Amino acid sequence: MDPAANTLDEKFPGAVLEKKEFRGETSVSVRLDAVRDIARFCRDTLGFDYLLDLTSIDHFGSEPRWEVACELYSMSEGRHLRLKYSMNENEPEAPTLTDIWPAADWHEREAYDMMGIRFKGHPDLRRILMWDGYPHYPLRKDFPLEGLPTDVPQVAFTSVAPLQGGPFVTAPTDGTTQVREPRAHHLPPLPPKEKFIAEP
Amino acid sequence: MSVTSPLAYDSKVEGNVIFTRLDAAINWMRGNSLWPMPMGLACCAIELMAASSARFDISRFGAEVMRFSPRQSDVMIVAGTVTYKMAYAVKRIWDQMPEPKWCIAMGACASSGGMYRSYAVLQGIDQLLPVDVYISGCPPRPEALLDGLMKLQHKIMGEHALADQHKQYAEA
Repeated sequence: MDPAANTLDEKFPGAVLEKKEFRGETSVSVRLDAVRDIARFCRDTLGFDYLLDLTSIDHFGSEPRWEVACELYSMSEGRHLRLKYSMNENEPEAPTLTDIWPAADWHEREAYDMMGIRFKGHPDLRRILMWDGYPHYPLRKDFPLEGLPTDVPQVAFTSVAPLQGGPFVTAPTDGTTQVREPRAHHLPPLPPKEKFIAEP
Repeated sequence: MSVTSPLAYDSKVEGNVIFTRLDAAINWMRGNSLWPMPMGLACCAIELMAASSARFDISRFGAEVMRFSPRQSDVMIVAGTVTYKMAYAVKRIWDQMPEPKWCIAMGACASSGGMYRSYAVLQGIDQLLPVDVYISGCPPRPEALLDGLMKLQHKIMGEHALADQHKQYAEA
């Protein structure tokens, strides 16, 4: 385990909820209200001056549902540290880290766009991949892969994608191909599309 | 002193006058000078570039003048995945192209959404534009694009050149 995890535990008693090591990677889960202090301490004192990644996880069906994971890196020592913090389902709101690591700006916008986590204090919290006005958060587990019909006039529309006829989804199981790659057998087959085909 | 030159205008008509139908003449000119609007959106655009390069040489079919201004283009080659975010932009560029105009849906994505059965991808550009030629492949080889172009030239040869060229197509 990286010594930084124990340092954080001593420096912020009660704020570190879990320390975990897996295959040489150290993860530290921290309380939501202590995130900014711990992040600043990581950067200034422990030397994690580089934010590699910030992403979000949906633990659908359990509480706390939302989790944000930050991958920190120390340029001078070549060490990694993963910082995690969680939110309950009905309040997906976390403090921003943009003033500590400017790299968090677009990562937090992506987490907001895809997962609907709002970052308090973010200077420019707009959608980054989808367009302004799109009403859903597509990476949430309860969002269907085929999408939902929406319409923002003059900007963009979406409709439901047909999933018949192909293994467009894989399920994490050790079952047979029929189980792993459901071919939407529960849906009726598509009507043939009428298209003009020029004579050769 | 009069000098006769073989390069000068020959007032004798033999060999210089061709009789044809107006449709055939205009369509022949249109079909062999199709200026593409390269709507390159994904990997198909790489094959589109290859088709215009020396080995495949799309200029053999008169379509080498890639115009990045829609106002100078005749055929829009939609080469790649059309996301919903890009869909109206493609439509807006199409609307700026002057009539007569044609559309080639190059590759699986532009034709049907391809493997992207997803919330983010338009399932075929024919939901927004009247497509003349669909080219299969993921991505299609340059030969396939050239074949599609020749198909389009055949199609143009059968059109009424002086009729209203505004494309009508049924909404899905």
